[in-house]
Amino acid sequence: MRVGVVTFPGSLDDHDAQRAVRLAGGEPVALWHGDDSLRDVDAVVLPGGFSYGDYLRAGAIARFAPVMSALVPAAKGGLPVLGICNGFQILCESHLLPGAMIQNDHRTFICRDQRLRVENAATAWTSGFEQGAEITVVLKNQDGQYVADRRTLHQLEGEGRVVFRYVVEEGGRNPNGSYRDIAGITNERGNVVGLMPHPEHAVEEGYGPSLDGLTFFRSVLSSVVNA
Amino acid sequence: MTQGALDTVAAAASSPEVEQPWADLGLKSDEYDRIREILGRRPTSAELAMYSVMWSEHCSYKSSKVHLAQFSDSTEAMKEKLLVGIGENAGVVDIGDGWAVTFKVESHNHPSYVEPYQGAATGVGGIVRDIMSMGARPIAVMDALRFGALDHPDTLRVLPGIVAGVGGYGNCLGLPNIGGEVVFDSCYQGNPLVNALSVGKMRIEDIHLAKASGVGNKVVLFGAKTGGDGIGGVSVLASETFDADGPAKRPAVQVGDPFAEKVLIECCLDLYAAHVVDGIQDLGGAGLSCATSELASNGDGGMRVWLDRVPLRDASLRVEEILMSESQERMMAVVEPGRLEEFMAIAKRWDVEATVVGEVTDGKNLEVFWAGELVVDVPPRSVAHDGPVYNRPMQRPAYLDALQANVPDGLARPADGEGLKAALLALMASPNLCDKSWITNQYDRYVMGNTALATPDDSGVVRVDEETGRGVAISTDCNSRYAKLDPYAGAQLALAEAYRNVSTAGAVPLAISDCLNFGSPEDPGVMWQFAEAVRGIAEGCRTLGIPVTGGNVSLYNQTGEEAIHPTPVVAVLGVMDDVARRTRSGWKEPDQVIYLLGTTADEFGGSAWTQVAHDHLGGLPPRVDLDRERRLGEILVDASRDGLVGAAHDLSEGGLAVALAEASLRNGVGARILLDEVCERDGVDAFTLLFSETAGRAIVAVPGDEQVRFTDLCVARGFAHARIGVVDDEGGALDVQGQFTLPLAELRTAHTATLPAIFASR
Repeated sequence: MRVGVVTFPGSLDDHDAQRAVRLAGGEPVALWHGDDSLRDVDAVVLPGGFSYGDYLRAGAIARFAPVMSALVPAAKGGLPVLGICNGFQILCESHLLPGAMIQNDHRTFICRDQRLRVENAATAWTSGFEQGAEITVVLKNQDGQYVADRRTLHQLEGEGRVVFRYVVEEGGRNPNGSYRDIAGITNERGNVVGLMPHPEHAVEEGYGPSLDGLTFFRSVLSSVVNA
Repeated sequence: MTQGALDTVAAAASSPEVEQPWADLGLKSDEYDRIREILGRRPTSAELAMYSVMWSEHCSYKSSKVHLAQFSDSTEAMKEKLLVGIGENAGVVDIGDGWAVTFKVESHNHPSYVEPYQGAATGVGGIVRDIMSMGARPIAVMDALRFGALDHPDTLRVLPGIVAGVGGYGNCLGLPNIGGEVVFDSCYQGNPLVNALSVGKMRIEDIHLAKASGVGNKVVLFGAKTGGDGIGGVSVLASETFDADGPAKRPAVQVGDPFAEKVLIECCLDLYAAHVVDGIQDLGGAGLSCATSELASNGDGGMRVWLDRVPLRDASLRVEEILMSESQERMMAVVEPGRLEEFMAIAKRWDVEATVVGEVTDGKNLEVFWAGELVVDVPPRSVAHDGPVYNRPMQRPAYLDALQANVPDGLARPADGEGLKAALLALMASPNLCDKSWITNQYDRYVMGNTALATPDDSGVVRVDEETGRGVAISTDCNSRYAKLDPYAGAQLALAEAYRNVSTAGAVPLAISDCLNFGSPEDPGVMWQFAEAVRGIAEGCRTLGIPVTGGNVSLYNQTGEEAIHPTPVVAVLGVMDDVARRTRSGWKEPDQVIYLLGTTADEFGGSAWTQVAHDHLGGLPPRVDLDRERRLGEILVDASRDGLVGAAHDLSEGGLAVALAEASLRNGVGARILLDEVCERDGVDAFTLLFSETAGRAIVAVPGDEQVRFTDLCVARGFAHARIGVVDDEGGALDVQGQFTLPLAELRTAHTATLPAIFASR
């Protein structure tokens, strides 16, 4: 099972995503931003980082990279795509997912272990979870506040396309001001998932807060096999 | 600087009488005379610019050199693991299995005061380039920060910017920030310290050096274009004292672009992998002046540079400015002509601009041309290495006798259990011991997926080899209050604490790097402090058998007459066969038995308790016993390797009480503690046992069935050890029996509220 991981200039978690694919039992395939080929992979991860320095706006330049000209039609055709952090921002900029990320409401970068609730266990990347399960992965970003207009939010909620929500303590606030505590969403078909937290940092005993991240990558491996 | 026509070597030779602005560039009159003597004529304005930056205190170490020589006096045992020592961009240590690591800590103090965000950011960028230039992939950063009083208005200006700069640059480079220090003391008001550390890994055969050899080899400048930022940063900014008027030297601060550096890292690693780099040097302080003269003087010939080929951000820059600019994210490589095409192709793949700006010659001199005219013709060694050396006057400060005589013995101490509890709560909420996560949560500690421990654990631990788990632990430490009372002992205590912090994780200490932050070397009292601290570290390292691999000196950290406390920050690096086995600083498993290692004496000079409870600094710091530190280290490392400890935490500021509180808060699991036996054994009362800062101590949590094996380790080394309690996951409290019970919730509230109360609302 071949899972491509795209490296843009400024990608940071590309090797981590490759490691996560490998630990989940898949074969990681390095994809280069400047190539318009997906090298016949079965799924693609857009990793975290600061592609092109986040110049202009996070993900705004990456959207125009040659690799995206191959990825966007493939994703529309059903190829499983996971966008993590900067990858999520790129998916929004590419209009594969609705909404956008703006700066955290407290204006600082935040890195912490974060609890999430799985709201949709039917996507290509979450089928291994139980609906409603709580997982712990790493959150780390500067521009992580998910925003969208009311109609889009209504549609996402109505169609069950909110995939992850931040678990917020009674009376507390989510870590970045995201609307409706949204941490991750999917497209109508459920093959494209974007989230701000980092499952690839929760795949190995001793090097992250949990092993919950492995389930993302195992889910896509089994969904591809079953497809 | 004023300049009309181009000041060529020929013009300089024929116009000896021209007045030159040597004093404005920070040179002394005898230094200027010496330059004329070396060249046999007056320098051109370009040469003068080069000498002025390279002979600055920051680059030439002219005041510190005579003392730093002690660091090179090492025993055979100390050299055993040392692959590259002092003098290169960073030292390199053999960690086994063919792996080498390079690490170094460096200051960026003055720029961070003037422009906190960019100053701190480019401090991180600079140290990372040092690591890259050794041929290594950078794998982590740390930062040791010092600020004025927490409630001082300028701290509110400086701290958020520095923290955001450290985070903004390091996060964007994709390097985990695994630890460091945050210290507040009014002595740093107006002189905050930003000491940045980076560590990198490579295979031993991949070590690269900064040298230009091989006649005809090409000199390639690559990375960012050269701009007008940071001109004279090392000479004007880092080598002089601030006026009381505050920051006015903004143009001397460099501006960083971490994205450019991230791309440069990946590009360099691809270049190394392709074996197309013969010699390499980063451009940092003193920019092209430093890179060209150091590369040339470390090689076997001369170098010719066509300066008009340097890509510029600003076409109006003049020759001198191009030579002095400290624009960031630039590197210089020496490349064989036959490998040039491949070099250029790799740079192009990363969209990194690369330009051949010179070549290695069979001459002796460094020659720089502009528009076909020779503007620099100097022996490179005279610029890079043969700068002035001062044996500055030193004198033990007159105030020291009174300071040391002002012992803390008479300060009112808590009289009962409630008093002890209140003292502990006050310490845990105090600026230096409170929870720092408002700061450290702004740093990515997870990127790269190899972080096994990070702050607030005792040291940062990262995996180097994914196959075996082999990795390194690093800790930076310095208690400058101790160093103020006695700089020799204070420096050794910094060394001892960092050594201990690496050992508690289970790593064998291998080497150190240091960042020596002091006031003005022109003050004999400061110079005495400096000499004492260097002697302390050098002798301490010989006793512990670990080498100094390099580091940095930062002088002139003072405003007017007021110098900072001597602050010799020591970073110790240790190695572990498998970092998955590292020991954490907090306990978790109920019923594990808590042992206190080491005896306790009544030692409160410079302690956190005297500062927090009485705002007092006086007496002598705790006694240093490095042999005891070494034995303690062996016990901790062996116990970790054999799986005999569930947690280990060093005792330092705030003593046993603070260590117990931190180990309990780490996982929210409390403990029941009984002090009576140890009080009786050591002849001290509960207050002294809880708050004294005697060195060479640690606490560990031992699984019940491993107690015999563990205590055997201690007995074999004749090391004092005592059972003082058990881990208790039910009480939700730190219960010091017969004295006080402190609920963890109350402790946590006090511990975590301090920084957010000041900064989070802003």
